[in-house]
Formats: sequence, C-alpha cells, structure tokens
Amino acid sequence: MLTIAGIAAQLTELMLAVLLAPLFTGWVNMCRAWMQNKSAPPLLTPYRVLLKLFNKEPVLAQNASPLFRITPYIIFGCMCLAAAIVPTLDINLPFNAAADAIALVGLFALARVFMSLAAMDIGTAFGTLGARREMMIGFLAEPALLMVLFTASLISGSTSLSSIVGQLGRMELMIYPSLAFAGVAFTMVSLAENARIPVDNPATHLELTMIHEAMLLEYSGRHLALMEWAASLKLFAYSCIGIALFVPFGIADGGNWLGILISLPVLAVKLAAGGFLLALIESVSAKMRIFRAPEFLGTAFLLAVLAMLIHFLLES
Amino acid sequence: MAFEGLQLPMLPLHGASPAWHARVETAQLPQVCRAVRDQGGRLTALWGADNRDQAGGFSLHLILANGDGALWLTCRLDARNPAYPDLSQWFSSADRQQRAIHDLLGIQVEHSTAFVDRRPWLSHGAWSGSEFPLRRDASLENTSPPGTDNYAFVPVEGEGVHEIPVGPVHAGIIEPGHFRFSVVGEKVLRLEERLGYTHKGIAKRFSALTLKEGARLAGRISGDSTVAYAWAYAMAVEAMTGTTPPPRALWLRALYLERERIANHLGDLGALGNDGGLAFGLAQFMRLKEDVLRLNARVAGHRYLMDAIVPGGVMRDIDRAALDQLAAQCDALEPEVRTLREIYDDHAGLQDRFMTCGILTAATARRLGVVGFAARASGEAMDARRSPGLAPYDLLDVRVSTARSGDVAGRVAVRFGEVFESLRLIRAIVERIAPGRECMELPVPPAGAPGLGWIEGWRGEIFVALEAGENGRIRQAHAHDPSWQNWPALEHAVIGNIVPDFPVINKSFNLSYSGQDL
Repeated sequence: MLTIAGIAAQLTELMLAVLLAPLFTGWVNMCRAWMQNKSAPPLLTPYRVLLKLFNKEPVLAQNASPLFRITPYIIFGCMCLAAAIVPTLDINLPFNAAADAIALVGLFALARVFMSLAAMDIGTAFGTLGARREMMIGFLAEPALLMVLFTASLISGSTSLSSIVGQLGRMELMIYPSLAFAGVAFTMVSLAENARIPVDNPATHLELTMIHEAMLLEYSGRHLALMEWAASLKLFAYSCIGIALFVPFGIADGGNWLGILISLPVLAVKLAAGGFLLALIESVSAKMRIFRAPEFLGTAFLLAVLAMLIHFLLES
Repeated sequence: MAFEGLQLPMLPLHGASPAWHARVETAQLPQVCRAVRDQGGRLTALWGADNRDQAGGFSLHLILANGDGALWLTCRLDARNPAYPDLSQWFSSADRQQRAIHDLLGIQVEHSTAFVDRRPWLSHGAWSGSEFPLRRDASLENTSPPGTDNYAFVPVEGEGVHEIPVGPVHAGIIEPGHFRFSVVGEKVLRLEERLGYTHKGIAKRFSALTLKEGARLAGRISGDSTVAYAWAYAMAVEAMTGTTPPPRALWLRALYLERERIANHLGDLGALGNDGGLAFGLAQFMRLKEDVLRLNARVAGHRYLMDAIVPGGVMRDIDRAALDQLAAQCDALEPEVRTLREIYDDHAGLQDRFMTCGILTAATARRLGVVGFAARASGEAMDARRSPGLAPYDLLDVRVSTARSGDVAGRVAVRFGEVFESLRLIRAIVERIAPGRECMELPVPPAGAPGLGWIEGWRGEIFVALEAGENGRIRQAHAHDPSWQNWPALEHAVIGNIVPDFPVINKSFNLSYSGQDL
C-alpha cells in the first residue's frame, strides 16, 4: 500500500543505506587495523577514496564494449535496490510488495552476471580468472543463501522480507535452533559473497589470488568508484539482512517517525557490533586455498538445510 | 683437499675461505666439469670477460664450489670466434648465465648434439643482436634504435590449456619480472620466468671504478643483501692484496651479516603470513623488523647497514654500550618471535596454505644446484658459514637449520630456525668480540691480481670475483647472486600447484631480480 509515510520511510532507508555503506566499510577496516595492532585509517577514508575516484578521469581499454561501461551503473543500481528492499529501519516498505527474499537473491545474481561479463569483456587474463572464480563461488553461495532465507520463510510463513522480519521481531525471546544453524550458514555465505577472508582478500595486491578485485582491475575513475561503492552497499545490505533475520528487535513497525528515530540508533549499534565481528573473523583466519571454498560453502549449504530440518522436527 | 684428481695446476688464492685458481683450455672443460659434478660439486658463478685489449682474447670464468672450497677456473677463448662447450649438460644452473654471457659479450656456446637454449636473457631488444655492451670496444652511447622483442615462450598444448601472463609490472611494489603460466583450470602445468628487466650495467660500471669506490657499488647491487655483497667484495679486495683485516672488524662484519639475515627473515615471515591472508602476522613481524632496522640506524648509521663494511674492515667501531643494546634487543626479540612461531604453527588455516605447497624435492634441488635456505629446506645441509667456514664463524659453531619437506612450510621452518640461530650468534659475538682496531689501510694490489669473496648471505651464497687493474683500479668484477640458481627452482616448485598459491610459494623463496640482472 502506497502511503506518503511509506514512501518517505522507503526513501529515508535507501538514502541512509547509500550514504552510510562506505562508513560501515570504514568501520570494518578500522576494527581490522586495531586488531592487527596497527593505527587505524580514519573512519571517513572510504568517502575520500570515492571522492578521489569520482574526480579522476576514467580510462577505458580500446576494445571495451558498451557493456563494460554500463556495468558499474547496473551493479550500483542492483545494490541500491537490494539495500532498499531489506527492512532496516521500518518493516512497512512499499518496495516489499514487489520484491521478496527470492528477488533479493536474484538481484545479487544479476549483479554477479554483469560483473563477470564485464570482467571478461576486455579479455585480460586476470579479469577472466576473477570471473571464473566468482562464478564458482556464486553458484555455491546462492543455494545456501536461498536455504537460509527459506528457513526464515518457513518460520514466518512468507517469503516477503517485511513479513519475515515482522514475524521474527514479534516472536518471544527464546532460542530457535533452526535460526542458530541458519545464522552460522548465513555468516559463511556472507563472507564468501562479500569477498572477505577466508574466501577472498579485499586488501590483497596479489593479482593471482584475487577473486572480486581481479574483476575490478580494468576499472578506473567514476566506474571504479561506483564498483567500490556497490561493494560497500552489498556488504551493508548483507549485514542488514543478517540483522533483520537474526536480531530483528527494535525495528519500527508501520512507518511512524518516532519508531524510525528509535530504530536508527539501534541499527547503528547492531551494525557496529556486526562490523566488529566481521573484522574479528577476518583477523583470526587465513585465506583458504581456493579449492577449499566449495567445502566451505558446501558446509554452509548443509547447515542451512539442517536449519530447515530442525525447524520441521523441533519447532513446527 | 678439495677438488682432488682434476690434474690441474691449481694455485691457492689468499683469502678467508679456501679457494684455488686454475687456467683451463676449452677442451678440458667437459672433463673437469664432469669430475667436479661427480664429486658432488656445483657450478655457482659463470661469467665472461673481454681481454682483447691485452691480446688475451675473451675469457670464460667459472666458479665451482663444494663444502671444502671454491675453484675459480679461467678459460681462454678465441678473440674472433669465442665459443665454449655447453656447460648446462653438467650443471643446469649454467643455462641462463650462458645466455646472459652471450647477450653481453657475444660469446657463444658451441654447437652440440644436445639442445642448447639460445634465446636472449638480458637483452630485451634495448640493444641490437650485433652489439655486445660488455665488450671493451662497445660504445656506451647506444645509438641504435631499440630492436623488437619477440621472446619465444615455450608453448604448452592440450585441451583447455591457456596462458596467464603476469608482469613485468605488478600490482604491488615489487621488482619487475615476467611470469608466464600455462594452466588448465587453476592448475599450473608450467611456469616460465623471464627476467632481466633490471639490467643496469653493473659489470661495466665496476671497470670504471677504483677498488675503494667499488665497495659502495657492491653494496648497492641488491639492497636486501647489502652486507653480504659488501663483505664479499671486501673479502675479494683483501684477498688480492694478501691482507687479513683486524679481528674486531671480522666480528663486526659477522654481527652485521646476522642482523641482515634476521631483518630479512622477519620481513619475509610477515609477508608470508600476509600472502596467506593473515595480515596480523605481517603487522607483528614488520614491527619487529622495524625495531631491528632502527637499532641498525642508531648503531651503524644506516637502517640496512649500507656501507657499514669497507675493504680493510668496517666503517666505524661500535662501543660497548651499543653492543649491549644489540644483545638486549636479541633478548627482547627472541620471546616475541617464539610466540609468533607458535601462532603460525598452531594456525590451521595458515598451515593448510603452507604445507605441501610448492614442494622442491631434494633431488630437484641438487640437480638445479639450489643454494641457501631454499636448499636447506629441501634437506641439503649446506651453509658457507660452516663449510668451508670462515673467520669468525669458525669460532662460533654455527648450527645449520634444515627441513626435509621442501614445501613452503619447510622454508618457513628453516627461516624461523635461522632467526633463532642468528640471535644466538649475535649474543655470542657481543660476548666474545675482540678488542683492537676496526679497520686497516690496504696496499695497492699488483695489476692482474685475482681476489674471490664468498659469503653466505641470507638468501644463499654470494660470490664476488675481482681482478685488479693498474693503480688500484678494478679491471674486472663479477658479482654472483644465489638467485641465479634458485629462480629455476621456483619454476619447478610451482608445477602442479594452483595459480593462487604462486604468490606464497614465490614469497617463500623471495629471490632477487636486481641481484642477478646486474
């Protein structure tokens, strides 16, 4: 149902996601640096990087096709939409009627397809290498992600993200074994999907080991800025999905502004804790050999399936 | 005595390590090489020289080494048609050096029935195929336009095989080198290296310097091994002048060499953790390395100890207070490195990356003539500090660290072992260092006098061979980096591994580009 308040809430949420996503990346980087006993880069560094990149002239390979040029916009658009349909502040969002959990996974898949095509477009060895690996990770991660979302859908009886979050948020505080399994599976999938250690290393300079970064090597200027921004948005969106599914408490219900005012600091605290946890996982793990990734994501899938089974066995 | 039964008139050379010099004819080379190889010797350095200005034609120089000493062979070649038999039949490490000699001097390998690789090595088309920059009549003003550079990489064929070219410009701040991977999926079928991008004419530059000035240049051949190069150079100058530096100077040189070893191993251990995705390791090891470098700067005036060693001794003495600081730093470093080693050893993810990754078997290592810690990690207990040994290491009873596995984990273990041993050595040196002068004046050597320096640097053994010119000038100089022998080992260690494991394998060797491109 389209209401002024609903549209306002939707726009607020989208703007917040777009504007705050780099801040979240900055926070994760800060935590990582602290955990390595290093002095951390300023929190606002990702914004400075984006500003720098937007001010630079993009350099294109001579054989770059239009696909290569439009991909950054498509990916940025996909990630904006993904961030918009994840309920973060309010569960009464107009976009929710159009997009549910399956559409969300589809959006990520769409972005991945374009990203891989663009990476192969120039024809360099690294782009193709990255695209190939990304597809391998993707086809293993997507089913696991779907299973996690289905577990939540089973509990709430709907694939609409708003209904799921609303339902989970109203449940009484107790331990749901199915959600515990799904939570672990979701964490593993998020690490793989967002190119984090132990699957990929966002900070590496070694071309031969890259997955996500290898696909960005040919981008520069505003194209690279959009790609980096989209990566931040993806991480932000994933964190918000995690929060919405597993710690949904404190989210506003029904587009009232007071509720959003309360849910905003709650979200900030949850994101800060989530970012810290991500940095912790990344700091204590090494990157695994690339052929361990199927085992890793296979485990995630298995846990997600177990979560569904446990729901049927114990909770229904 | 070493090198028995060669039936060569061997002239013992003065110097800290046992070394001999002999002149051979090209016809004798096959027999000598075969005999030395069969006795377990290895070819270390191979280079050429132009003596046509002294009516000597060209000459080919070989250094053959084993645990007892080094044999420097000089082989006179014809001025008009210089050629010699293919040495790679007996020593595979000769291959690239032969190609470099051809690029610089136009000295050819004779036609043979076996395959001889005649592709260029140092020449990347910057000079034409008929110009030879190290010849004495070569013009230094290079007027010819750069030629084309069509390097024929060895193709690998088969279904699904493709090539990944990497470099020479890399994403990180590292030296330039090109790596051509032939892969199927992620599996490496073959790696071919192409180096020589940092060729800068060091040999030519040496011959324009005095022996004194040459020390500074020697210390700048490879920045991470500046102490080892400077010591090897100083040793060669002292050998040709028939002098022995004061004992205190030798103690201080060993002190510097061990500090260089510690700094490099710490840096690489951190980088290995980082390449395995454990950035924590990099941060911690770099902190420790930085402590070492800062104390170097305070004590010896340079973070990497550049120019700390000069022919005749060391640049400046270290007083007792500074020596105690050095010992105190060893005491502080040891528990920290021990803790980090435990973290590395107990980290399942990191060990999964290191173990069985990049295996260099003992047989391959021996066949390729691999030296240094890479050889020790494949079970070859060679260390020039111990055998043949030199002052002051003969008083210190150096313990050689070895591993059998030959994988990245083995090289990491050897590096840890060497850090602990170097810390022990530094403490022993601080305790036992002799009083006295730190430097002496060297006489001017007679023209034509040879001198050989042989030092076990952190990467492996470094040789500097010098021939004196008139009035204390350098007539010829050749500096040999262990990377010559160890780069081909990397090609072998990578086979069968997956592409993303290459950086960690490469870092576990951490070979020098500049040191061998000269």
